[in-house]
Amino acid sequence: MNTPIRRLSVFALFLLVVLMLNVTWIQGFQAEAIRNDPLNTRKFSERLSEARGPIQVAGENVAYSEDISEEGKPPKYQREYVGGGLYTPIVGSFRTYGASGIEYTENALLDGSDDRLAVRNFRDIITGREPEGAQVLLTLDPGVQKAGYEAFAALGGKNGAAVALDPDTGAVLGAVSYPSYDANEVVSITDTQAAVDNYTAMENDPRKPLLNRALNERYPPGSTFKVVTAAAAMEYLDATPESTQDAPDVLSLGNDLPNATPGGTCNGGQPDTLAHSIQISCNTSFANWAIEVGGQNLSEQASAFGFHPTVEDAEANPLNIPLSVTPSYAPPEEDRNILGRAGIGQSNVEATPLQMAMVAAGVANSGEVMRPYVVDSVRDSDLSVITQTSPETYSQAVSASTAEDLTEMMTLVTQQGGSGTNAAIPGVQVAGKTGTAETGPDSPTHNWFIGFAPANDPQIAVAVVVEFGGGSGNELAAPIARQMMEAVVQ
Amino acid sequence: MLPPVKRRNAELVLIVFAIGITMAGIAMAGINLNGRVPAAMWTVGLTFGALSAAAHVAMRFVAPYADPLILPCTLFLNGIGVAMIWRLNAVDVEDIERAGVGMQLVWTAVGLICCFLIIIFLKDPRVLQRYTYISGLVAIVLLMLPAVPGLGKEVYGARLWIGIGPFTLQPSEFAKIALVIFLASYLMNKRQVLQIVGKPIKIGRFKIIDLPRARDMAPILVGWLLAIGMLVLLTDLGTSLLLFGTFLAMLYVATQRSSWVTIGLLLFVSGAYIAYLLFWHVQARVNIWLNAFDQEVYYEVGGSQQLVQGLVGMAYGGLFGTGLGAGQAHNIFAADSDFILASLGEELGVTGLLAILLVLGLLVERGMRMALASTGVFNKLLASGIAFVLAYQVFIVLGGLTRVIPLTGSTTPFMSAGGSALMASWIMMGILLRISDNARRPAPQAIQDEGATQVIRR
Repeated sequence: MNTPIRRLSVFALFLLVVLMLNVTWIQGFQAEAIRNDPLNTRKFSERLSEARGPIQVAGENVAYSEDISEEGKPPKYQREYVGGGLYTPIVGSFRTYGASGIEYTENALLDGSDDRLAVRNFRDIITGREPEGAQVLLTLDPGVQKAGYEAFAALGGKNGAAVALDPDTGAVLGAVSYPSYDANEVVSITDTQAAVDNYTAMENDPRKPLLNRALNERYPPGSTFKVVTAAAAMEYLDATPESTQDAPDVLSLGNDLPNATPGGTCNGGQPDTLAHSIQISCNTSFANWAIEVGGQNLSEQASAFGFHPTVEDAEANPLNIPLSVTPSYAPPEEDRNILGRAGIGQSNVEATPLQMAMVAAGVANSGEVMRPYVVDSVRDSDLSVITQTSPETYSQAVSASTAEDLTEMMTLVTQQGGSGTNAAIPGVQVAGKTGTAETGPDSPTHNWFIGFAPANDPQIAVAVVVEFGGGSGNELAAPIARQMMEAVVQ
Repeated sequence: MLPPVKRRNAELVLIVFAIGITMAGIAMAGINLNGRVPAAMWTVGLTFGALSAAAHVAMRFVAPYADPLILPCTLFLNGIGVAMIWRLNAVDVEDIERAGVGMQLVWTAVGLICCFLIIIFLKDPRVLQRYTYISGLVAIVLLMLPAVPGLGKEVYGARLWIGIGPFTLQPSEFAKIALVIFLASYLMNKRQVLQIVGKPIKIGRFKIIDLPRARDMAPILVGWLLAIGMLVLLTDLGTSLLLFGTFLAMLYVATQRSSWVTIGLLLFVSGAYIAYLLFWHVQARVNIWLNAFDQEVYYEVGGSQQLVQGLVGMAYGGLFGTGLGAGQAHNIFAADSDFILASLGEELGVTGLLAILLVLGLLVERGMRMALASTGVFNKLLASGIAFVLAYQVFIVLGGLTRVIPLTGSTTPFMSAGGSALMASWIMMGILLRISDNARRPAPQAIQDEGATQVIRR
């Protein structure tokens, strides 16, 4: 029986050889790919010992690395954040087991491993200088950001988000998500257990402080979407502010659709002008406009502002500012009942606050939507510029004349008799649109305001949503938008 | 019969080398973690050295003709394990100079004592033939013990342990020894029957398989039922694979008929496939194996996180490793037991793992050589069975860590922290050394050469 023993011993060797080959394959040939896998959490922890570059807003550090090395021990840096939860939605956090926000997207520049820093790194090795990461300068305006954040804090207990854009360039001036969190609580490298515990608690917090509502949460935009519907009516049906549309007190769309104020009326049941419909936010006329424009056209108009008709389209054209932005949807809808409701920002239409800010900014910038961005420039530690973002056009959403008409109509909203008077700033013309989005039969409404100021020379465009506010856009969202705009125009 | 060569001095040199590697490993870990050579290099290193030296001296007296490579190879593996366990403990304690290796040295000593008790008292392993069905019963009882309420302990979702006072024991480690003994004596008795060809199946002129007679199928069916039962009831894929594979290997050695292997594999694969279709926990295992790098699988409770972290560690190790203590092996769960080979892969690199696998291969082949050289069917089956179990268990562990097969969570012989595994491994070495000593000992010399009956000294 020696033959089978010999064969078995060859087989045993074969098993070990398979292991040897596989180990060599994994550690020799696959090592690079495994190290670069997103599931490799070590790439964050291993760089705790490197001086990471700061993130700055208006020349001040909002995130920086503090040297906490002990005498004779390897270097150690603790990441520190400024402003509590003020900047966290954009800046993010750099934790032992992961990162978010700019800390994540600009990681290679901040830690100095980016190829664009290779020459400098090489020089540092030669000259024996301690290598340092690059500085990332954000476009945020501290005044706008604070105004929005504090206004939400003053609301007390309500969740929501606000985005402010520079309509000329697409630079993000403010991105507020409430509630937020203090990144310092989750990044300690001396008390990692507390950091992990805090993070886990936040993950399980029903108010979702880790969620960046400004970029990554979709809401029904409600009546703020009427700006898009009006744009479509003007672009596709050559409507003017004076064009009228049937505005019955109740429109039957499967279920009855009432006007803005249930039981109220737009023009006594008579056909209403586009301008007046915007001013008082008439539901039935806009539902009819949408049906007249057609689902395909309405979806195309929305896409020109940055919406997507389908998931496939969204995946093919992702928006990264460089934080990844959750796509907003306005699918082409042929069913009259659904299409009518889409025209007033309900049913299948869903938008992020950033998307609605892009709508406001597009109208403000003569119909030209600029691609939003949050990184102004990246500088090496010796302050030489590595990258500088130049504004880019996202699309021409509407013609300049349509934009002008839309601006005029939206200006009526904040004036006497309009639906958004709380956004008015004395001495400044403010264009805007309120929104109160239904969220379900027994659940409170989302309250919106989008707008820009000054209407004749726009410097800031905003979108504000108060989640489940249960009030009106004018009551809850417009004051927040006003305070953010005031930070720039006054 | 092999020539009666002792080569005990060669063994001594190799053992000194194994001790040196162990001490160097601890020193390297201390330097990487703390900047200087730790006292443990002397305390742990020399304790291990003393145990090794004692084993060597004992060998000179109780088994002078035994294979000179088996002891150094096992001590090398045991020593690397000790060094790695010290390095992992050193990160966990406040003061590195207070780091120890837990009970590992105690278990090494206990294992060596078991090993030598067997060498001394088991003069001829063939006496074990008498206990065919008892050892079979012992194997089954040991496998089932963890399922006994009150006795069994569930640790991290697997019911593999039993608690006896302050100790926990993993009876499946000992079950495999009982099973090898059972199979060796059972197959020795039944091999002729099992060799009978029932019906050759041919396609054209080519013989595909020799089907055994239906009535001879009973043993393989029982083995198969046990294996699938282990998989389904105890959710222990590792032991299931190990036991059934060993069963097939020994069946093949006993009968020299590949048709048994084919039938066994077909049975096991189809049984495992049905279990996969029916049982959620088997599906989860397979999913982790195939889609380890999928975000969802990774973040699931009991998902592929541990497996991926082991692979990431190995990826950081690369060809030459980070050096003991310089990696982050301590961050992986079970780094000192089920994942010790991943830890070693990270800190010693491909080079280190290949060295370990080569030593293991050497050990396995020495065991196979003993099987060839020994006399008697029982000894041959026992030695080849033990040697195969070693290789196969390493394959199941490291194959699981490197995604050749699903991860099962088994111990690595001689290296993983834990008493049961270490004791069981040393017991198997005791049997192997005894068979080896008997096989290589010179033929008995006649001390009186008169008359019809010779008096000989054994």
